Parts: sequence; C-alpha cells; structure tokens
Amino acid sequence: MDLTQEIQTQVVSAIAQRRELNIVGGGSKAFYGREPVGEPLPVSGHRGVIEYEPGELVLIARCGTPLAEIESLLAGEGQMLPFEPPHFGPATLGGAVAAGLSGPRRPFTGAVRDFVLGVKIVTGRGEVLSFGGQVMKNVAGFDLSRLLAGSLGTLGVLLEISLKVLPSPVMEVTLRREIPPALALESMTKLTNQSLPLTGLCYLEPFLYIRIGGTESAVASAIAAVEGEVQDDEENFWLGLREQQLPFFTEGAANLWRLSVAPATPIPDLQGEWILDWGGAQRWLRASIPAKDIFDYAARLGGHATLFRTQGLRQQIFQPLPPALARLHQTLKEAFDPHRLFNPGRMYEAF
Amino acid sequence: MTFHTHPSEVIHHEVPRQVMIQALRRHLPEDGLLWEESELCPFECDGLYAYRRTPWLVALPETREQVRSVLIECRERGVPVVIRGAGTGLSGGALPLDKGVLLSLTRLNRILEIDPANRMARVEPGVTNAAITQAAANHGLYYAPDPSSQIACSIGGNVAENAGGVHCLKYGLTVHNIQRLKFFTMEGEEITAGGTGLEGPGLDLLALMTGSEGLLGVVTEITVKLLPVPESARVLLAAFDDIGKAAAAVAAVIQAGLVPAGLEMMDRFAIHAVEDFMRVGYPREAEAILLCEVDGTEAQVEDESVVAQQVLEQAGAFEVRVSRNEAERRRFWAGRKAAFPAMGKITPDYYCMDGTIPRHRLAEVLAGIARLSEKYQLKVANVFHAGDGNLHPLIIYDGSIPGALEKTERLGAEILELCVRVGGTITGEHGVGIEKINQMCVQFGREELQQFHAVKQAFDPRGLLNPGKAVPTLARCAEFGAMHVHKGQLPHPELERF
Repeated sequence: MDLTQEIQTQVVSAIAQRRELNIVGGGSKAFYGREPVGEPLPVSGHRGVIEYEPGELVLIARCGTPLAEIESLLAGEGQMLPFEPPHFGPATLGGAVAAGLSGPRRPFTGAVRDFVLGVKIVTGRGEVLSFGGQVMKNVAGFDLSRLLAGSLGTLGVLLEISLKVLPSPVMEVTLRREIPPALALESMTKLTNQSLPLTGLCYLEPFLYIRIGGTESAVASAIAAVEGEVQDDEENFWLGLREQQLPFFTEGAANLWRLSVAPATPIPDLQGEWILDWGGAQRWLRASIPAKDIFDYAARLGGHATLFRTQGLRQQIFQPLPPALARLHQTLKEAFDPHRLFNPGRMYEAF
Repeated sequence: MTFHTHPSEVIHHEVPRQVMIQALRRHLPEDGLLWEESELCPFECDGLYAYRRTPWLVALPETREQVRSVLIECRERGVPVVIRGAGTGLSGGALPLDKGVLLSLTRLNRILEIDPANRMARVEPGVTNAAITQAAANHGLYYAPDPSSQIACSIGGNVAENAGGVHCLKYGLTVHNIQRLKFFTMEGEEITAGGTGLEGPGLDLLALMTGSEGLLGVVTEITVKLLPVPESARVLLAAFDDIGKAAAAVAAVIQAGLVPAGLEMMDRFAIHAVEDFMRVGYPREAEAILLCEVDGTEAQVEDESVVAQQVLEQAGAFEVRVSRNEAERRRFWAGRKAAFPAMGKITPDYYCMDGTIPRHRLAEVLAGIARLSEKYQLKVANVFHAGDGNLHPLIIYDGSIPGALEKTERLGAEILELCVRVGGTITGEHGVGIEKINQMCVQFGREELQQFHAVKQAFDPRGLLNPGKAVPTLARCAEFGAMHVHKGQLPHPELERF
C-alpha cells in the first residue's frame, strides 16, 4: 500500500502547525534512544516490496514492510539481509534502517548502512526526495542514503529503501570451545586474522562461539582447522544473542550498555558482566555503575558507548559528542529538518 | 578545453596574489608554496588531462597544523580552496581555480600505525593505496579496495572519491573499508568521524564524507580496515562469441549464489588492443571475455570455481580456462590491468566513462553504446566491472583534430544519459568533479540538488571548498536545460534516442 501522499500531507500540515512528530513503524524499538516525544506519525501502513530481482541482489521496499516478510521472501531465493538485523518485536524495514542496528554477522559482511543503496524520504520541508538508487556503485552527489541509516528518524521520514542483499551461505555450523575470559580476546584475534569463512564470533563466559559458513567442503575444512565442538542447537544461541533473549540480557535489573571499541581492547576493570560479540568490536555490558564512567572509558579508547536498555530515566543515552562534532550535527539537522519536527531529542537533547 | 565555469559557481574576492603568498609562506616550509609559472604547470590538471587550468597558488603542507593554517588564512580572506591528492582522479575534481589555492596533501604521507590485532592501519591522506597493503603484508593482512591507479593514487583521494576497483563486488568500496576519519572543516575545526570500533557515535558522517569530492572538509588522517589475505584465489577466463551472452552470463553467475571477488568484462576491441600490446593469450576470436575471480579458503575456492565453470559453460561460453597457479592467475589479470595503457598505444587520446546500471540491463545498454558509437563515428572499447554493472566505455579520439574532443564529450554525455534512463547513475566510482557536473542536472531534480547544497552549507557556509564541482548550482542546470529524467520517464518517450 502506497501512502506516500498521505505521509507527505501529514508532514506538511505538521510544518504549518509546527507540530513535533514521533515517527512510528512497528514500535519494536520504542525502548531505544531518548524518550520519544511528539505526535505519533504511524508509517507501518506504507508497506510492500516494490522490486526484488534475485539476480541483481537488490530489494526495494516501503518503510512499513515487516522485516520478517522481507527475510522470508529472500530466504525463498537463498538470499538474506547480510547485516542480520535484530527485530526486538514486530520490526519494519524502515525502523531497522533508521535504528541502524546490525546483528552477529556484521563484522564479516557489513553493517546496515553498508547495504543501503538508496532511499526515498520526506524532508522537514515536506519534500519527497530520492537519493542513491538500485545500483551497486554510485558516487553521484553526497551519499545521503547512508547518512539516513542510523539517524533515528531525526533527519527525515524514510519512505522507501533500496538494499543490496547477498546469497546465504550454503550451510552454517557453530563450534563451541570453553576458554577462560583472560584468553578470549586473544583467541578471537587469532581466528579473525586468518583466512576463514567466519560468520559469527562471540564470547559469553565460559564459551567462545564460532560460526562458520560456506559450501559443504569449505565448512568441513574450516571445522578441521578450528578447535571446538560442533553445536546442535546453534541457531538458538545466535538468535538469542541477536534478539537479546539470552539470560544475560533478560535477568536482573542492571543497565544494558553497548560498547563499540577496537576489537582487541583489553576487558576493563568496570564492575559488570560482559558479552564480547563481533570478535570483540561490540561488547554488551550489564552494569549499574554511573553512566559518566562508561562514557569516559569509551571516549578514552576512541570508541563509543550506548545505554541500550535501562529501567531508569532515558536522558543521556548516546555517547556525548565533542563540541565541534555536536555543532556539525546541529547544522546537518537544520539542513534536513529546519523546523526541528522529526523525532526531536530522540538521539541528542539538542536536536 | 571544453569545461565551463558557470558564473554562479565562482567565488569572488579581491585578494592580490602577493598578499596571499605572504600570508601562506609564514606557515609553510621553504619549498611548500609554489607560484612560479614553471612550478605551477604540473598541477594544471588531474587524471582528466583534457581539462587544464594553471593554478593561482599551490600549497604543499607537511603537517596537520600547516593544513589548518592554510585553511584559516584562506577562510579569513574568502579565498576558495581546491584539495588535491595524487592527481590521478578521472573527473577533474582537482582542477584548479583561477583565483584559489590548490592544497596538495601529497606530503602528508606517513603511515602512522599498523595495528594487526585490531586489523587496522592509521595513515595520512598522501599515502598511496598500494603502500598500505605493502605495509600490512608481513602481518598477512591487506587493504581491499584496489583502483587501477593503486600504485599512484592516494588514500585521501580514494576517500574523496569513494574509489572502487576490481574487487568491489565482494569487498565493497572505500566507504566499506574505512572506520575513522579526521578532517578540518573550512572553518578550521577538527572533527573525528567514526571510531576505533566498527561504528561511530551519532550521525554517520564517515559515510557522508566518503565520496564528497573535497566539498565538505579536508581529511588529514584515515583509519582503514585490513583483512586477512585470502588463502587461495583462482581466475576463470570465459570466452563468448556474442557480447549479449557474456552479459547474460554475468547475471547467471550472481544468480547461482556466487559472490565472485571480481567479475570483469572486456569486449573484442579491448581484447585485441591488449593482445597487440602484451600477448597475454586472450582468445582473439572472442566477442567478449569474462574474468571471474573466486577467493577464500582452498576448499571454498575449489567448490566455487567448479560451480562458476558450470554456470559459464551453460551460459554459452565457448571456452572456459581456469588458472592453475598463481603465475597464471596473474597473467589472466595482467591483460585486464593493462587495458588502459594498451588503448593508449593505439590511439592518441581516449576518454573513459563511468556509468553504472542494473546488471540485467547490461546487454541492452552495450547494444545502445554500439549504436551511439556508430552514430558519432567514434570507436568505443568496453573494459569494465561487469559484476557491479559499472561500465567504463573508452571513447577513442584524436584531440589534435579540431572539434574531436567536443564530439567525444557529446557521445560520452549520451552514454551517461542512457545509463540514467535504465535506472543507473552517471558515475560509479570516478566522481562527478567538473566533468559530469551538467549530467548531475539529468540525474537529480531541483529539490534533491537543493538538499545537497543545504548539506554543503552545514559544513562550509561560505562555499569555499572546491566550488563549481560535484554539485551544480540551479542556475547552471537551468542554463544546461537538461531534461530531468525521473524514474526512467523522459518527456516525449516516443522519440528515438539512441
């Protein structure tokens, strides 16, 4: 169902009345970011796959299309969304791209934004604009499509998204090996620095989980080269990790933090429980220590931290930005949404 | 010279050159500022050598601080700046201005850090693409993007253009292979985009900066990702008696679930030029060849090359050779990599285009190019990244004949408009620069262009960085009078346009 006009009309009237809008897809990521404010702008009705050409590795769909529908369509052709996005509920494509979250496969295939080829948006001036397209390589004009990915709806309403997709590995196998936390990072580095068909690499004490994907003999030869026992219920672990259904995520009341740091960074002396995903480059921390300590720690390492889930107030959720970078965010926001209507304050208080 | 600077794209200032020389000399090393005619000459063009202009001044800073000082002196006086890397760009992005400073970053050429445990390298913008891979080699790592000019082109230029290469299909473009940038805005503020992890905080400025053609900021440090060198690689050389069959084979390879490391096509004209040039053993009787590289572990390569061979044979290849060892693999590639020099041997000049199209339109567009070639009576060779749908038609011409370049450009423009019409783009990896600035009016509508200008203004409110490149003013587009192709719908679709 094409609701482009309806959505555009709603935006135009919001501009006229200076009404702030809270863009809502499936609502599955309402917990994420700072507290949503503004009048809900539902976009899940704007749905449907517009084009899918398996031989092109390109899929174009409207923002409200359920992620599950897209994934099953792709699976029917032996293809997949290479960034393995978390759903966290009845997720839509638009929400997945706006949130910019990628799953366990990310270090080996790429992030959401890596696969965004083009977008159609409504800007804060009420214009419907298209950027990028449906081809693999395109350097005409600024790459605004990728900028929109992960912008949490602060720059515009995503209407359509064109994505690169990839063939799924013929088969995937997970190996599990028990190792002490002190050796986890070193073991992961050893694996990632070899030519191996890895598709997942995560340490959850006391186990290192190694997912391998490819043709049958490629997987067999990798299994022979990598130490570890083949797991039968492999799917459950990666799904539980991606959807945050493992006990690590569901038990207790401590805050859940996500840290993005260089993968070999030693585990710090912060009080809490860790999962080291993405070969160490994405770390989940359950901790109740002050936010400032965690943001400071991440900043010292040139990385960043996100207060991913909290039962407390949703104030400072994302890494504080240095002043010059914060000013640039502000001017960019004005370039897309001069009246500051879209998802105000969802990412940073200032915009 | 056929480029045209539109009056609306000129930054006016009354600063005498002598004043600017005095201002900049204070900040730069003895030999770091050029103003003598003879010294300026080498900087009058980049890789698009048909377009030239003598620079006003050339600054060659050696440090970040010097870069910043140059920017501040220019900003204070309202003097525009064009950034230049190694000068290998193919779209005239580094074409100098009559009254602007050409800021060359080639002397910022230090490799600051190779970090094997984190698989990254931190480098200055003047480091060449190939030097990064060399520096990482003893750790068994490499930097994946490999534009043809990789021995000479700088990583800073790669970032500015979002450079590709022959391995994009599997390994992506520059944007997929960098993780952090440090840059100065024209206001002299230093910004870090991205981070030491795989993703940065806030908006994805790293992606926005990549491919921004020197319009948004001056990159002074780049952290690139390194990958482990694949254990094995093999190239299949498939020969076809019909270019349409070769085009269909490209789609068949992808549809078979393969993601080759590279999938390149050369047509008969290119094959012959290469064979005359260096005799790599390409089949002269073929109308087209495909080079299909598979890489990974030994087992993966074995499996995938078997599948690829079957698919190529089923698609109608009359011959499929599989490289038996590393020496043969290199020989298969050598011809492809020498295609441009080989063309240089048989023609005084050639003009390389860069349109990208959806793969399933390949056969149709190649036929369209052949018709246009006939119409203009100019020969066109096709050597290109077929797997990405990224065409590089090479138009053969003799620049010493009056009007030949203009005719060549008209043919080039028609080829690009054909690409846009089938749902493609005017540039896959070479950038817009000044070369394709008019075609931007075809690719984008008024409101999209205005959005680009708004983004530019957020970074560079006075418009001093690389004015007149990459994003046309609306005044230029009005004058160019291009028909805006929207979703492949042209006004008067009944007209024959080939």
